[in-house]
Amino acid sequence: MLKGLLHQLNIYWSQIVSLYLVFMHLFHKADTVEYPDVKPFTFPRWRGRIILTRDPDGEERCVACNLCAVACPVDCIALQKTEDEEGRWYPEFFRINFSRCIMCGFCEEACPTHAIQLTPDFEMAEYVRQDMVWEKEHMLIDGTGKYHDYNFYKVAGKAIGGKGKGEALDELPPTDRRSLMP
Amino acid sequence: MFSFQVGSLLNIALILGTVLGAAALLIWVERRLLGFFNDRLGPNRVGPFGILQSVADVIKLITKEDWIPPFADKLPFVVAPIILPIVMLLSFAMIPFAPGVGIIDMNIGLLFVMAMAGLAAYSAMLGGLASNNKFALLGGLRAAGQMISYEVFLGISLLGVVILSDSFSLRGIVEAQSDGWYVFPQFIGFMVFMVAALAESHRWPFDLPEGEAEIISGFNTEYSGMKFGLFFVGEYIGMLFMACLIPVLFFGGWHAPFGLEFGNEIISGLFWMAAKTSVFIGFFVLVRAALARPRYDQLMSYGWLVMLPLSLLNLLITGAIVLMQGS
Amino acid sequence: MVKITVDGKVLEVDENNNLLEEVLSQGEDLPYFCWHPSMGSVGSCRQCAVIEYANDEDERGRLNMACMTSPREGGRYSIEKAGQFRAQAIESIMINHPHDCPVCEEGGECHLQDMTVMSGHTYRRYEGKKKTHTNQYLGPFINHEMNRCITCYRCVRYYNDYAGGTDFGPQASHDNTYFGRWQEGPLESEFSGNLAEVCPTGVFTDKPFGKQYVRKWDLQTAPSICTGCSVGCNTNPGERYGTLRRVVNRFNDEVNGYFLCDRGRFGTGYVNSDERITVSMTRASSDADPHLASPDEAMSQLHVMAVDAIGIGSPRASMEANFALRDLVGKDNFYAGVSANDLAMGQQILDIYRNRPVNVASIKVIEGSDAVIVLGEDVTNTAARIALALRQSVKNLGKKMARDMKLPDWHDAAVRQLTMDRKSPLFILSPHATRLDDVAANVHISSAEESARIGFAIANAIDSSAPAVKGLSKEEKSLVDTMADALKNAQQPLVVCGTGSFSPALIDAAANIATALQDGDKKANLAMVVPEANSLGLALLMNGSDQSLDQAMSLVADGDAKSAVVLENDLYRRAPADAVDSFVNALDNLAVLDSTQTRTGEAANLVIAAGTFAESSGTFINYEARAQHFYSVFKPKDSIRASVKWLSDQKLSEITAACASSITDCGGMANLTPGEDFNVAGMKVPRQQHRYSGRTAMRADINVHEPKQEQDEDGILSYSMEGVPATRDATVFNTAWSGGWNSNQSVFKFQSHTGGALKQASHGQCLIENNSKTKTWNEIEKDNAPEGDFAVFPLYHLFGSEELTARTPAIQEKATSAYIALNGDDAQKLGLQASDGVALEHNGSVPFIIRSSIKPGTVGVPVGLEGVNFRNLPDGIALEKASSWTAPEKWHAANIIASDRASSEGEA
Repeated sequence: MLKGLLHQLNIYWSQIVSLYLVFMHLFHKADTVEYPDVKPFTFPRWRGRIILTRDPDGEERCVACNLCAVACPVDCIALQKTEDEEGRWYPEFFRINFSRCIMCGFCEEACPTHAIQLTPDFEMAEYVRQDMVWEKEHMLIDGTGKYHDYNFYKVAGKAIGGKGKGEALDELPPTDRRSLMP
Repeated sequence: MFSFQVGSLLNIALILGTVLGAAALLIWVERRLLGFFNDRLGPNRVGPFGILQSVADVIKLITKEDWIPPFADKLPFVVAPIILPIVMLLSFAMIPFAPGVGIIDMNIGLLFVMAMAGLAAYSAMLGGLASNNKFALLGGLRAAGQMISYEVFLGISLLGVVILSDSFSLRGIVEAQSDGWYVFPQFIGFMVFMVAALAESHRWPFDLPEGEAEIISGFNTEYSGMKFGLFFVGEYIGMLFMACLIPVLFFGGWHAPFGLEFGNEIISGLFWMAAKTSVFIGFFVLVRAALARPRYDQLMSYGWLVMLPLSLLNLLITGAIVLMQGS
Repeated sequence: MVKITVDGKVLEVDENNNLLEEVLSQGEDLPYFCWHPSMGSVGSCRQCAVIEYANDEDERGRLNMACMTSPREGGRYSIEKAGQFRAQAIESIMINHPHDCPVCEEGGECHLQDMTVMSGHTYRRYEGKKKTHTNQYLGPFINHEMNRCITCYRCVRYYNDYAGGTDFGPQASHDNTYFGRWQEGPLESEFSGNLAEVCPTGVFTDKPFGKQYVRKWDLQTAPSICTGCSVGCNTNPGERYGTLRRVVNRFNDEVNGYFLCDRGRFGTGYVNSDERITVSMTRASSDADPHLASPDEAMSQLHVMAVDAIGIGSPRASMEANFALRDLVGKDNFYAGVSANDLAMGQQILDIYRNRPVNVASIKVIEGSDAVIVLGEDVTNTAARIALALRQSVKNLGKKMARDMKLPDWHDAAVRQLTMDRKSPLFILSPHATRLDDVAANVHISSAEESARIGFAIANAIDSSAPAVKGLSKEEKSLVDTMADALKNAQQPLVVCGTGSFSPALIDAAANIATALQDGDKKANLAMVVPEANSLGLALLMNGSDQSLDQAMSLVADGDAKSAVVLENDLYRRAPADAVDSFVNALDNLAVLDSTQTRTGEAANLVIAAGTFAESSGTFINYEARAQHFYSVFKPKDSIRASVKWLSDQKLSEITAACASSITDCGGMANLTPGEDFNVAGMKVPRQQHRYSGRTAMRADINVHEPKQEQDEDGILSYSMEGVPATRDATVFNTAWSGGWNSNQSVFKFQSHTGGALKQASHGQCLIENNSKTKTWNEIEKDNAPEGDFAVFPLYHLFGSEELTARTPAIQEKATSAYIALNGDDAQKLGLQASDGVALEHNGSVPFIIRSSIKPGTVGVPVGLEGVNFRNLPDGIALEKASSWTAPEKWHAANIIASDRASSEGEA
């Protein structure tokens, strides 16, 4: 009986403690950051607006391998591979529907050439939803983004313009198929 | 049978204007206060300190499509939101703000106030029924159940005050407190009334008729635009009214504490009335920020098993003491 | 069957197969590269290593290659314990493999990727320099990227040993081993495309697909049937962004097995061609300006016109489309869109299939034959998959010898070594040397008439009740006896013939041989090649009526019909040009439904945009009267519809059912699909893979608001990625994929036994059931000797002779314009020099080539090539040297590959 009563009183007491504790928050400093008057700091690896970068030679890094598209959980990347006369692959079109994008960064993880990168820019709202569909020309920047030195074709075995067979990193010159020497 | 005096037209206009303005401001005050309680800033972008937030809200509500769902029962659907602000404003007619300030002084003022509070239940019930929506219906049912339960001891808890002051007139009650606030002899009555007032105005933690976690938005689920705005404003007028009624009944109305009267008794009265009202508004907001909503069965058992016996006990003791003193 | 234990699991396996094949059949994952179900084992890649224990006490065991191991009763093996060895083996294999996957067409369906992951080699430790190789140009079909090679030798074993190619092979040695041609140039084999599927990595890839590349998982696919010839190979075409991207093989144990010919694989580019009819056009009269007709307009015009029109069907349209036209114009007004002779031959073949005591031979049966006679049909060019099967049939001698020595069939290298150059008998009677001559026991150059006489004589030599032939030369008599003996002694004799030589007598001869070979329960196998995908179906559909194109023409000439609806048919390919001209001129109204622009379409006043095979569903009936259903791969834009949708407002399944019930022998057509109500877990079968990408972006440039998923009114399949994949239910077997097996090798997961029939999917239905045991004979009819100086025989080209595939860019690169082929002596007589042209009587001038095998006095004229309409030519023609001659632009003599050609002459 007494125990029950004490328990009941305890319940009411806890309500009063709640009131007190919450009341004391009146004298705490607010945590609010007053964006957009105050801009937050975003780290370089922030997952914001997606860009396409170029390799150190100034060529498009994207080789249209489709891995970003298949990694995308909302299927918002569509592209088509094409190639130049000398065999270098690049996307004929590269489209991201940012109205679907969830900024998960899987595309960047999947990219074998560091072409697709997420940037600290997160201010992506548009008044017209159609404006959120970005094509390659909107996303392709002139620099290397976060990764300055990587050049996929310098390590790949495929010959492209300006790099023949055996001219990539750690490659021997092409073999002579008419020789029987081992 | 009963008598009343009506104040001047200027009096009426000023009070009506002040109440409506205060109710609008209250929306902003509540949101800012809630912000502070939550370590946020609250609305601070429209006007200085965000004070015009309510204006922006009203513009938004007015310009929204005035939508009546095709499946709703049209007449009650339209009438329901009108009832609440009207009865709440009518209740305000009873409040004595200061000596000579007040719209009407009725010798059955307290009964009128109770009656009006009872009528307010129709708003939620009709809204819930007319919406023809299961969630709204549940909200309406909850509102009705809650009203009936809490109205009982809302009334009983006040009887102590009536016994002490020997008057149903609010002005009379205030005047009777000139030498001592009723909160001291009627502390239990005050506590019970406080809880009942929260429940009566559907304030947290007793907002079960809206209960958005379970039933979307309760009786006003189907409402939008200014019809929703009326429910909204009505609720805030109700809150303001309760915040005015508590000082009147228990805290001496316009009487200054500790003899801190200054200047004209009307100015002083208005100031103290406003100050006391503000404290209770702040308290209401604090309750909203701090307390969790009970389950409906908890609400009911709390009302009938705790509050009702408590208020009856209070009535019994008060009556006994008064009888003893009188004899 | 024997019981073995693999990693503690007891399996019951066939001791005649190798362990690898058997454990795969039991659903185990065991990596492999060099082994292939069709090509047996050589044990070179060291990937399928298992530990074999000597007995139950043995703890250590020894490493064995599963593909080179016969399972033994009570044997105990472990796949798991050999894992470290396999990881090391693949690490060595991968040492020189380039860092290419993102720019490799094989990526995502690469057997090497799968096996590397499966073996557990995930990190490259090798830091030295990698070997590199230069690439070769291998023609328009196959791309070469030699760096990626892992030296598994599958390409050589397929291209040389399986498909009989001679222009390709391994070169150099050790780390430098190189697979390619002796010099750059197009691969000569007609089956080179299979290299792309056989190669476990990206050395050989599909070149036309590479130009418009997307990953395997991004292709929308549906089970389809190749329309290139009458074999009806099962294919899996893939579409992306509204264009057909590629065709890969779809396994069907009875028809194409694992392989397609290059016409089928690379010949579908016409679906995306500029020559496609994409909108319907109409005009008041043939000299008025045409204007666009909306689908509704075109539909109503067609149906108004059809009220009193005759309908002309087509052997390249589906059964349903033909039947819908027959229904629309009425049975009596429906004419087969082929000449009287072609129709008669089709019906003759049906009659033989129905009434003679023969087995109709599927490709699988052809591969199992141990004595073959080919009568006048150049199967390499008219039904290429049969030629590949015939190449396998000659290996049966080796397998038999091996079996006699208790050596299992799968011991590929050993079986080949055993036979040396001995082959089981394959006899070819043809007016010219063929591409199968290298495996033939005997090639006899003779015209169709002579071949028919020899055929009749063989029948008579096998069974004397067959009509005899008089006047054979001594040489011919000994030939007849050799062939008759070989066929008579064979367990599985096979007769191959067809309509290719336009000779009913030859077909009769083939029927007689097959009939003669019947002996008790033993029946000869018979394969009759017909010209097009649904030629035999059209013959069936005529239901005994002889209403041919010739009859339709005389009807119109007599003024008895004023309107005609032509279904997917270019009449100029069926009849002499002037006859067709007068036919279309005599008509008031001509409606043509077709997918590509044709000369007939140009003459029409209503042209309706019909879908190709990739955009429609229906049934084709192949040379063996096997009905097979094909599903539309993708939905074309609204102005294009499948012919059957234009002709009828009934559901496809209703038309199929009506056709099945009202046409003799077609009953089996009704059961080809699981029915339009079919679903798995409440969902339709998805055409798109579960990892189809870009769904919310592919149309976003047009409108960011995504449209509703396209609906397939024919049911069963959906244009969607939602649904249960084939790994759970493969009733409609779409794309082969299984967890861990992304390449086409995963097909074994869907087979009842590795290399055997699919567990669930249909392999078609042979419509004609024949239990006849009574021998009936045809008599020889005397043919009139052809007039003119030179007797003409038809020549076929795999690349170019077929109407639709010839419009594909890659095929055009391998094709040539028309020419004539003649003997060197005749060329000399005509005074022809290397760069001269030859004037054909009334038919313009064409270039020539000299083929030494051709008999003097006969000339070969190609069918279907640009420049000459074969139907214009009489049986015999006069030739002379053309005056003021320049070779046409599309003349590419180098594309004509024949063993009997001197290489220099006549080339542009």
